[in-house]
Amino acid sequence: MATIPVESQKTAQVRFTLNGEGVDVSFAPYKTLLEVLREDLGHTGTKHGCELGECGACAVLLDGKPVLSCLVLVLECSGKEILTVEGLAGDGRLHPLQDAFADTGAAQCGYCTPGILVTAKALLDANPHPNRDQIREALSGNLCRCTGYLQIFEAVEEAMAKIAEETKKSH
Amino acid sequence: MAEEKEKQKSSDPVNSGSNREGLRIIGVPRRRVDGRAKVTGQTRFADDIFLPRMAHCKLLRSPHPHARIREIDTSRAMRHPGVYLVLTGKDLPVQYGILPVSQDEQALCVDHVRHVGDPVAAVVAREELTAFEALDLIDVGYEILPTISDPEEALATPEPRIHEYGEEGNVHKQVALEFGNVEEGFAEADEVFEDTFFYQGNTHLAIEQHASVAIKDPDGKLTIWSSTQTPHYLHRALAKVLDMQPAHIRVIATPNGGGFGGKSDPFNHEIVVAKAALLLDRPVKICLTREEVFYCHRGRHPVLMKFKTGVKRDGTITGVHLQTLIDGGAYGSYGVASTYYAGALQTTTYHIPRYRYEGCRTFTNKPPCGPKRGHGTPQPRFGQEVQLDKIAEKLQLDPAELRLRIVEAPNAVTANFLRLGTVNLTECIRRVVKISDWKNKFRKLSEGRGVGIACSAYLTGAGLPIYWNKMPHSGVQLKLDRGGGVSVFCGATEIGQGSDDVLAGIVAEVLGIDPFDIRLFTGDTDLGPVDLGSYSSRVTLMAGNAAIQAAERGKELLAEAVALKLEIPKERLRFADKRVFDSAAPENGVSFAEAICLAEARFGTIGTVGSYTPPKSPALYKGGGVGPSPTYSYSAAVIEVEVNSVTGWVHVPKVWIAHDIGRALNPTLVRGQVEGSVYMGLGEALMEEQEFRRLPKRLSHALVHKFPSMLEYKSPTSLDMPEVVTELVEDPDPRGPFGAKEVGQGPLLPIMPAVANAVYDAVGVRIDEVPITPEKVMKALAEKKAGREPRFGPDHFPQVKWPEALRVPPPWEGGDGNAVNDADREKRRATKEKVLAP
Repeated sequence: MATIPVESQKTAQVRFTLNGEGVDVSFAPYKTLLEVLREDLGHTGTKHGCELGECGACAVLLDGKPVLSCLVLVLECSGKEILTVEGLAGDGRLHPLQDAFADTGAAQCGYCTPGILVTAKALLDANPHPNRDQIREALSGNLCRCTGYLQIFEAVEEAMAKIAEETKKSH
Repeated sequence: MAEEKEKQKSSDPVNSGSNREGLRIIGVPRRRVDGRAKVTGQTRFADDIFLPRMAHCKLLRSPHPHARIREIDTSRAMRHPGVYLVLTGKDLPVQYGILPVSQDEQALCVDHVRHVGDPVAAVVAREELTAFEALDLIDVGYEILPTISDPEEALATPEPRIHEYGEEGNVHKQVALEFGNVEEGFAEADEVFEDTFFYQGNTHLAIEQHASVAIKDPDGKLTIWSSTQTPHYLHRALAKVLDMQPAHIRVIATPNGGGFGGKSDPFNHEIVVAKAALLLDRPVKICLTREEVFYCHRGRHPVLMKFKTGVKRDGTITGVHLQTLIDGGAYGSYGVASTYYAGALQTTTYHIPRYRYEGCRTFTNKPPCGPKRGHGTPQPRFGQEVQLDKIAEKLQLDPAELRLRIVEAPNAVTANFLRLGTVNLTECIRRVVKISDWKNKFRKLSEGRGVGIACSAYLTGAGLPIYWNKMPHSGVQLKLDRGGGVSVFCGATEIGQGSDDVLAGIVAEVLGIDPFDIRLFTGDTDLGPVDLGSYSSRVTLMAGNAAIQAAERGKELLAEAVALKLEIPKERLRFADKRVFDSAAPENGVSFAEAICLAEARFGTIGTVGSYTPPKSPALYKGGGVGPSPTYSYSAAVIEVEVNSVTGWVHVPKVWIAHDIGRALNPTLVRGQVEGSVYMGLGEALMEEQEFRRLPKRLSHALVHKFPSMLEYKSPTSLDMPEVVTELVEDPDPRGPFGAKEVGQGPLLPIMPAVANAVYDAVGVRIDEVPITPEKVMKALAEKKAGREPRFGPDHFPQVKWPEALRVPPPWEGGDGNAVNDADREKRRATKEKVLAP
């Protein structure tokens, strides 16, 4: 073996913001953001389906933009803000997307759901009133094997309406 | 049993749930009970389990499709820093398999590898990557054997044998059954049609990769968490291979991140981590890579089939003869059942007075095929429904009208002795014809656009267990708590379909409480009574009926205690809104929690049980164990397509589907099952295929999976999904809980043939195989242009040496469900009795 065995490698350290809280983590430097989130930081809400950037299950928001955490090295995340499914709810209540996904059957097995939720959040943050085609487009990198996607589209639309209503009320 | 239950229900004086009136929860769309966990990322899948001191396991897999193992040297791997354990086949030599007749797997191959990806050794290490590293340090000496790549090659190549069992050579299983004389049927026919079809294999592609974690409990027993659809059968396999008392093994099926049949076998990786955890006395985890999931497979069998069908001019079928040649891959898996299933359900949709089925499954050097959504039936369904389209055209009948003329009758016993329940296929066809505006579209749309129709039926649970016994197929225990909470214990496995929600909804309905007041303990062999697993669309009906029985028994106890307290006859009590009250004076009552306290004071601790055993099937012949079900669901679909004659691309803008479900327990989840089935069916129809290729000669020339990755294995994305209009036909079936029938698999079945039929309507070419890729469409269009038969599909069905068919006269010829020429009939009956003896 030309490479140094895993066991002999030193750990690296990084500091970033995870779901609004600052975290320091020391980790094996070969690890991806997905692995560090799940294995070193105990945030198992983010899933994996291929670890090759093909399925979208591991999507998280990095400084507000959806990324596939299986393709992101943690060393690149220093000082950045990361949002995972665990950070969607706040103030003791679910995010409107979460409510809508639970109510409309958009989560069947629930395995692709965390990745789709954060991707949908990024969409609604950037475009509060996407049409059906824009929703389809935004979620086209997230494979779901259970639902046939239609209830997912409806859930995003339901959340969109709810967020718009709340925004109107607060103004 | 079912009749007993019916009686019991109707004689129940305080019955609010199962009299099917005034339902509060059943039939109302609502959030599933596990919905919150799923949207917060808190559903704990197997790979989400992290335990102190946990080690990681990886498997070394064969790079050869077929070889003898001459030697394995693990010493370098053992010395690698961080490695705890290396296992090889000799550590786990006991054979196992899901079916009693196919115990042909070993957790790690001892001396024979049968496909690329067959595991030969396991490494357990502190870090997962260390285990990966150590795989490279295991030296295996292989002696390469000739590869058998498809069933025709298997028929022609009896040696070397992939397995030392089976019919002969590389033929795993042959089936030959005849229900009435089909030749007479063809002689009576005005037209006889003969068509060959090919259905390519495809895989489940559940987004969750299989994962398992095993530990040696503090008391020395074994616990394993695993993404399995069948914890009960895994429990049995572990006991056998590890030679342990079943009582010392606990299997916990974690919620599956999608199953679709792909997690229904006991798997080598599950057995390996169990063994490793016991040896190391520390938790051991494995999570397969996506590539490895492709090697686990157990997906759709590739099937070549020949349909010969005789019809009268009015469309009446006079006889059907079906032959199938099935590519089983390297192991038995569910294959014997799949072979029977490929011939079993043809008779459940249309009246077929005479039917002959011959099926042949061969072993090949590819990952083993098994059950995928629709298990064994989508392939012949495709052939049957496409052929009906051809028949309709020849007879100058509208294909919807043709089907309406031949739909089988409710409660019929079919030629092959399947007893049907409610049959609302006629209504399904009428609905899709109406909502799709079929009459104004069929043969009327512009060139390049078309519509197609197809129908189907599916089991609501296999009528027989995998190993014969007389015990219930599903059991439920309830614990009623003084605080008003109810705990449900059941072996049923949540694979995303909503089995937990079905249990909660049913119990809440009967007891008049809220589904969210219920705590569920499911898929755990230590905590709950056996449920056979999430396969064959059995859970809603079987666990559901068991739950009704358990809940009704609890309700009876509560009613008796409350009636005493209120001094009214218990017949007047009603259970609703978390109260038990006088239906004549609703203010006179007690809270549900108080009712429990009253009952507990009177009877002691309140716990009840319920169980379900399917009704006995009239199919007594050998092979008659595959196909019977308490009742069958029905579907009809119309699909519209646009075919680009320049690129061959088939676009599906819209699907209309009607499903005869009996009753929708939670319509939100039902819709999800229908749309999910349509989605998966479209994937099979248009793009999904488990394809193999030979490596170049200068390399190993090995037969390898063409693209074991999610990127290259094409599946429909959010951009591909059409609009779907779903109609539910609700005619409660007395055999189902609150009348419910299955929905998880049936709606997939009409999709593939409806697409093929629509392509014909659009551009006039027959694509007699799936997937219907642009390449095949272009080839067929070229044939059409050249004035040849406008078709793409298999051109022959090879010679197969079929055994003599078991002749079973159908019911209308006085048959009693037995074969008249089965020499072993009496003997087999005796063995069956012995096996069945309690």
